[in-house]
Amino acid sequence: MVHGPPAVELVDLRKSFGNHVVLDGLTLRVPTGGVHALLGQNGAGKTTTVRILATLTRPDSGTARVAGHDVVRERRRVRRTISLAGQHAALDDGQTGVENLTMLARLAGSSAPAARARATALLDRFDLTDAAGRRVVTYSGGMRRRLDLAASLVGAPSVIFLDEPTTGLDPRSRQALWEVIGELAGAGVTVLLTTQYLEEADRLADRIMVLHGGRLAAEGTAAELKRRFGAQRLELTWRDAAGLAEAARRLGDRVTHREPARLALSVATDGSAPQVRGLLDEVDPDRHGVVRFTVREATLDDVFFTLTGRPASPEREVAGV
Amino acid sequence: MSELTVRPTHAAVMVGRCVRLSRRNVDALLTSLLLPVILMLLFVYLFGGAIETGSAYVTYVVPGVLLLCAGFGAAGTAVSVTTDLTTGMIERLRTMDVGATSILAGHVVASVARNTVSTVLVLGVAVAIGFRPAVAPLRWLAAAGVLLLFLLAVSWLSAAFGLLARTPEAANGYTFIVMFLPYPSSAFVPVETMPSWLRGFAEHQPVTPVIESLRGLLLNTPVGTAPTRAALWCLALLALAVLLSALLFPRRIA
Repeated sequence: MVHGPPAVELVDLRKSFGNHVVLDGLTLRVPTGGVHALLGQNGAGKTTTVRILATLTRPDSGTARVAGHDVVRERRRVRRTISLAGQHAALDDGQTGVENLTMLARLAGSSAPAARARATALLDRFDLTDAAGRRVVTYSGGMRRRLDLAASLVGAPSVIFLDEPTTGLDPRSRQALWEVIGELAGAGVTVLLTTQYLEEADRLADRIMVLHGGRLAAEGTAAELKRRFGAQRLELTWRDAAGLAEAARRLGDRVTHREPARLALSVATDGSAPQVRGLLDEVDPDRHGVVRFTVREATLDDVFFTLTGRPASPEREVAGV
Repeated sequence: MSELTVRPTHAAVMVGRCVRLSRRNVDALLTSLLLPVILMLLFVYLFGGAIETGSAYVTYVVPGVLLLCAGFGAAGTAVSVTTDLTTGMIERLRTMDVGATSILAGHVVASVARNTVSTVLVLGVAVAIGFRPAVAPLRWLAAAGVLLLFLLAVSWLSAAFGLLARTPEAANGYTFIVMFLPYPSSAFVPVETMPSWLRGFAEHQPVTPVIESLRGLLLNTPVGTAPTRAALWCLALLALAVLLSALLFPRRIA
C-alpha cells in the first residue's frame, strides 16, 4: 500500500447552480494509483466533481483535496499535480499535432528543445507520429482524443482526470484509448475517469464509485458491487401484455427490471429450484402466462438499477440488454 | 491579484500561438488586411467629393481610416478570445496555471501585429492615391507610437468584450462599439459641422485627440496637447481593460 495522502479526498462537497443542486454532500476517497471510475447518469454530478478537482469550478462548501492539497486554497500546487482531459478535445485546430504538444510542454515549464523532445515522444507513444505535421483540423475523432490525452501528459502529472474519455468514439478507437488508459495506470499515474458506460467502468476501473443525485451511492470493485447489489434475477417472458401487467401488479415493487417491449420483467432470486418454483406459482397460478424464464447473473446494469431505480444509459434500455 | 501575474515564458508562448493561428486563418487575415484599404477608397472617392475640409480629402481622412482599421482589427481579438473559451482551450490552459493576462496578451499582441501590417498597407495605398505626409522622421515615429498605444488599448478592450460574450457571433457584435467610435469624432468630417450636442461628445471622446495627434504629426502642423491627451486616454483605457479582464476572467470560466 502506498503511504501519504490519498490522490483525491472529498468531504461533504456541495455545489449548486442557481436552484439546481448538483453535488449534495459528496464524500469520497480515491487512493493513490490505479484507475478509478465515477459512474453515473447525465446530471449525476460527475463533470462538476471533476471540474472542482481540476480547479475550474469552486465548490459552495465542503473540502476537496488532490494529493493532500486543497483545490481552493492551494490551487497552484494542485495545478502542478494534475491534468484534465475534458469532454471536448481542447486543441488548436489551426496548429499541427507537434505544435500543440510543444506549446503545451513549454507552458508546463520545459525549455524549447525539451518541449520538442517531449512532444515527439508523446506522439510516438500515442501512435500519432505520421500525423504529427498535420493540422489538427484534419484529424479523425479518435486521433483527436489520443492527441488530447497526450496533451494532458506533457507536464507529467501524478493525478489525471478524464471526463468521459470515450464518448462519441467508434468501438475501435474506444478500444485503443482503453489500452492507453491502462498503460497510464501501469506507469504509476492515478487515473480518475467519469463514464456513463458500464462496460467501460467494468473493463477499466479497479474501483467504481456510483454517483447518484450528487451523492456517492456505492463504491467497490465491479465484482463487489455485483455481489452486494445485484445477486441473481429471474427474468420472466409473458405471452401477452395483459399477463405482464397482471404479474407486475402482483409483484409490486419486487420487480427489478421491466422490458415491456419484450413482454419481460425480472424479480430477485437466489437461483434455488424451490424459490424459482414458488415465484412461478405466485405470478402465474394458471400456468399459461409465462412462456419462458431465465436466471440471469447480475451485471453492473443491475447494480445501477438497484441503486438508482433507473437503467444506466438510455441506449441500453432501447436495446433491451 | 493572481490573474494579473505574467510569467514571461507563458506570455511569449501565447503570443507565438496567436500569431501562428492568425497567419493560418487566411480568410480572416485577408479581410482584416484588405477591408481597411477598401474603406479608405470608399471614403476618398465616394464621400470625399461632397465633404469640404479645407484640404485634399485624402489628406484629411487618412488618420481617421487608420483608426477605423484599428477598430476593425480589434473585432478579431474579441472573436478569437470567445472562440478559445468555447473550445475548452482556455480551461486546459487554466489547469496548467497559465494566467489570464498571459492568455489575453497573446491575443492582443497578435492583434497589434495584424493591425500594424494593415496600417502599413493602408498608408502605402494612401500615398499612391495622393496622400502626401510631411517628411519629418521624428514626428512619424511619434505618430507610430500614438497609433501603437491606441491599438494596444483597443485590442485589450475587445479582449475584455470577448470575455463577456457567450458566442463568437456575439463577440463580433460587441466590437461594433469600438468600430463606431471614430465616426462621431474629427476622423471623417470636421467637428464644427456637427450639431452642438454631438460636437460636445466628439470633442471630448478618446478617439479625437488620437486623430488630431496623427493628423498633426503626419502633416507637420502644430499638435498642442493632443499627443499627451491621446496617450493618457489610451493608457487609462488599457489599464481599465486589463483590470476588467482580470476580473471577468475567473467568473467566465467558472
